[in-house]
Amino acid sequence: MTAVADLMDYAEVLERFDPVLGLEVHVELNTDTKMFCGCANLFGGEPNTHVCPTCLGLPGSLPVVNGKAVESAIRIGLALNCEIASWCRFARKNYFYPDMPKNFQTSQYDEPIAFNGYLDVTLDDGEVVRVHIERAHMEEDTGKSLHVGGATGRIHGAEHSLLDYNRAGVPLIEIVTKPIVGTGDRAPEVARAYVTALRDLLRALDVSDVRMDQGSLRCDANVSLMPKGASEFGTRTETKNVNSLRSVERAVRYEMTRQAAVLAAGGHVTQETRHFQEADGSTSSGRTKETAEDYRYFPEPDLVPMAPSAEWIEQLRATLPEMPAVRRDRIRVEWELTAEELRDLFNSGAVELVEATVAAGAKPGEARGWWVNFLAQEANTREAELTALPITPKQVARVIELVGSGELTNKLAREVVKGVLAGEGEPDEVVEKRGLKVVSDDSALLAAVDAALAAQPDVADKIRGGKVQAAGAIVGAVMKATKGQADAKRVRELILQRVAEQ
Amino acid sequence: MTDLTKLTAAELAGKIHAREVSSVEVTQAHLDRIAEVDSFVHAFLHVDADGALAAARAVDDAVGRGDAPASAIAGVPLALKDVLTTKGIPTTCGSRTLEGWIPPYDATVTRKLREAGVPILGKTNMDEFAMGSSTENSAFGVTRNPWDDTRIPGGSGGGSAASIAAFEAPLAIGTDTGGSIRQPGAVTGTVGVKPTYGGVSRYGLVAFSSSLDQAGPCARTVLDAALLHEVIAGHDRMDSTSIDAPVPAVVAAAREGLRGDLTGMKVGVVKEFGGDGYQPGVQRSFEAAVAQLRALGAEVVEVSCPNFTYALPAYYLIAPSECSSNLARFDAMRYGLRVSDDGAHSAEEVMSLTREEGFGAEVKRRIMLGTYALSSGYYDAYYGSAQKVRTLIRRDFDAAFEKVDVLVSPTTPTTAFKIGERVDDPMAMYLADLCTIPANLAGNAAMSVPSGLSDEDGLPVGLQIMAPALADDRLYRVGAAFEAAREPVLDRVPDLTRGGFVPAGALSPAEAAK
Amino acid sequence: MPKISRDEVAHLAKLARLAVTEHELDVFAGQLDHILDAVAKVSEVAAEDIPPTSHAVPLTNVFREDVVRPGLTQQQALAGAPAAEEGRFRVPRILGEEQ
Repeated sequence: MTAVADLMDYAEVLERFDPVLGLEVHVELNTDTKMFCGCANLFGGEPNTHVCPTCLGLPGSLPVVNGKAVESAIRIGLALNCEIASWCRFARKNYFYPDMPKNFQTSQYDEPIAFNGYLDVTLDDGEVVRVHIERAHMEEDTGKSLHVGGATGRIHGAEHSLLDYNRAGVPLIEIVTKPIVGTGDRAPEVARAYVTALRDLLRALDVSDVRMDQGSLRCDANVSLMPKGASEFGTRTETKNVNSLRSVERAVRYEMTRQAAVLAAGGHVTQETRHFQEADGSTSSGRTKETAEDYRYFPEPDLVPMAPSAEWIEQLRATLPEMPAVRRDRIRVEWELTAEELRDLFNSGAVELVEATVAAGAKPGEARGWWVNFLAQEANTREAELTALPITPKQVARVIELVGSGELTNKLAREVVKGVLAGEGEPDEVVEKRGLKVVSDDSALLAAVDAALAAQPDVADKIRGGKVQAAGAIVGAVMKATKGQADAKRVRELILQRVAEQ
Repeated sequence: MTDLTKLTAAELAGKIHAREVSSVEVTQAHLDRIAEVDSFVHAFLHVDADGALAAARAVDDAVGRGDAPASAIAGVPLALKDVLTTKGIPTTCGSRTLEGWIPPYDATVTRKLREAGVPILGKTNMDEFAMGSSTENSAFGVTRNPWDDTRIPGGSGGGSAASIAAFEAPLAIGTDTGGSIRQPGAVTGTVGVKPTYGGVSRYGLVAFSSSLDQAGPCARTVLDAALLHEVIAGHDRMDSTSIDAPVPAVVAAAREGLRGDLTGMKVGVVKEFGGDGYQPGVQRSFEAAVAQLRALGAEVVEVSCPNFTYALPAYYLIAPSECSSNLARFDAMRYGLRVSDDGAHSAEEVMSLTREEGFGAEVKRRIMLGTYALSSGYYDAYYGSAQKVRTLIRRDFDAAFEKVDVLVSPTTPTTAFKIGERVDDPMAMYLADLCTIPANLAGNAAMSVPSGLSDEDGLPVGLQIMAPALADDRLYRVGAAFEAAREPVLDRVPDLTRGGFVPAGALSPAEAAK
Repeated sequence: MPKISRDEVAHLAKLARLAVTEHELDVFAGQLDHILDAVAKVSEVAAEDIPPTSHAVPLTNVFREDVVRPGLTQQQALAGAPAAEEGRFRVPRILGEEQ
């Protein structure tokens, strides 16, 4: 490992420099087959079992474009407010690497399928930043190498390597932003928020698994600094394969403080790729641009040009779901949420569940309350995803309905939900089986009230003397006597009524 | 009994389907001929006697059951250029780097041949990765021209052409990137056709230059070529550049042509091809051919295609550029040769050392030329300009085909040159493809048909016929009519079984004109 | 057009992963220079307004259905490999980085 780099204090960085970001995101599409052949597009599996002459690059094999992948690319482009090319081609990017079977990557060069778009990104405090998209283009993934011997799994010191081409040829979309300027101290946050927003968008489009941990979403972060007031960009570095949202933010922040220290010391930032170190959040030097390959791009002769018709593009536009940002805004307005409530709701991952509960008849506030609070805690206790809890939005809506009609108290309602989670059946069945119905028979309640008042005559006197809040003690006694199955509100009414009568 | 190896494919098919002779007998006759003469012709890199006989037996069984033949040439054996993959049979492309490689899949052409009941005798020699005009660039030794053992059989498909000229096979498959079917056809006195680009699937054809490569038939007669053409052509979903259109009716066109009447056909003589730099005997043969076409009733006019003179330089930029990328996969990682894997060398070093050892000089030269033409700073001047020339050549063809139905020229400027004569002078070697390249750049169909023997050396000369894309049938009509009006040249090929080669070139002009 | 130097040939050989010999560098430098001289002729007619042709046939939008097709077995995939181990292609240690 190289010596620890000098870093500048973050506040000082911002006093002296403006950061410029550029983000490149690679997305593996979730098509059934690979980009150019009919092999299954599956994560993992026995090595070299999802391969054919084409994705192994065998002599004589030829590619044929997966139409579904093109559709996904166009839908992504449309969702990112891009223009869709009326005519474009694939190109060959030529360089040698053992995990690339043909020693060229079939990609798009100067004719991307989608270009000139934007994505509005909402920061934690509700501020919206518009990130401009340069292009989204189609390409293919590489195989995977396993380095054997030496340090475990690392390329350095390995004795030999083992290659698995199951992933070779998996469809990739690369989405590249235009330079993101003027974000100042929020640059790292903007980077994370952009990748988050992009992930949510791709998930809504159902075009990718967007699993950063499995590599189906990968981010390369370009960072440069320019002195305050300057208009020319500084030299940038590209930090490769940052594989979590948090890491995106850390990597950008680290590069800002590192580059600032280099520049402040009178040095020059080297144009290079850098590697993010998950352990300490630093980046380390990789390949410099001086030794970069000359990729010798040229139009792929084995594939013919693509010319999506306006009609096809409109058909695909009609398949777009509500965009996450639009949806967020709609939910905020419809459900009358504060920015904080909206954030908590989205962070809880319960939006779809709440929406479904509302659709089943519940009020948004109550539905949200159940999922974000009680059920989120239950999920947490069980170490399960909220969506994996054995209760449906419809069942939650029924519980809310029972509370609304006075048949259940909130406390009883929680018991009912627990019963449903325990597999005891529908809410109504749980109520029945556990005998959880509210005691709504006034005569039974009155007997309990009278008994409680009789047991605490001093309290009864206080109430009579105008200290209405003292009724709480009697309510408590009644609730205890009825094992909580009474409606506290009704109990209070009866107490006040009884005291007045006496 | 008739010598089965002397019959045409059409004749053999007729006899096999009529049960006058079995496919096994025909196939065995050719295997015997190969055993007899191939030690000095060296047309084959690999002979698959067992596979061929098994396929022949299957045809005989089917015919015996009274089934309709799987194709018009079912049972007629064939020689396959070693650039098309064959499942279970070695495919080397004439390169050390693929020595011993056995593909796990069949090329579409191979599959169609098998489905058509065509026994595959073996794989034929070729210039390494189809780069060359003499078959001298094969890593496995030169193929000799059956007309003269000191001369080249053309290239890159010298093995396929020679196998036919030497009666080792009645039919063969070649591939043509800049003339690799037609030029060997011309110098061996056989018929060779480059179909319209996209007419025959390239799936399983080991790519040299993807935008130019096209597999096609080699035969001793135009009709035989047509019969084979119909078997291998047609749309293939495995090849994105395959044309989804009906196969031109080439067999019908050949039969039409055999009636010997070209009335109503307009033939254009390409003004730019001929004159200085052309062997006088080739020039004279071409002039006689043009006169013959006129005698057959065709209207002959001169047509200018001014940009054709830029075809050769454009080709020697486009083909090397594409090959530099296509051949990158031969890297010692997944298949083929690997050297210096001794634990001391890295993967990168093993790649470079293997490629250095596995490729011959011409392949390396073209890879470097293409790498240069595509590199940043040179792309526009070289590759970019070459692609523009391609547009100009296409325009020349379009303009010409507004005036005429087909264009004609000599296939190649000279007859077969001497082995070794041009190996050290790449540019001289490249000139062999001068006339054939325009059709590849534009994607048109083109044929070489024997037009007699050159009067100065007694060696075969080819007439090139070019047609618009998807008008392959015109080649066959004109080619068959022309062929029917000429003396068959292969009757004069030396008898290889009597003490090897009889030196050609000693023929007097009077003899040659017979 | 520029004359191609021995150093340029060495650079090309490196890009093309060819461990050429010193002797080859000399031979190829001369030959490539000669060839490039001849092919440079294309720029004479390659005017600005001429569109380049990359494909011989004017096809567009050739797409495949997104349907899984049988491929090769692991054994078939590895059959031609110079070396294999644990179902994978075994190659010498890789020095460079992924791109």
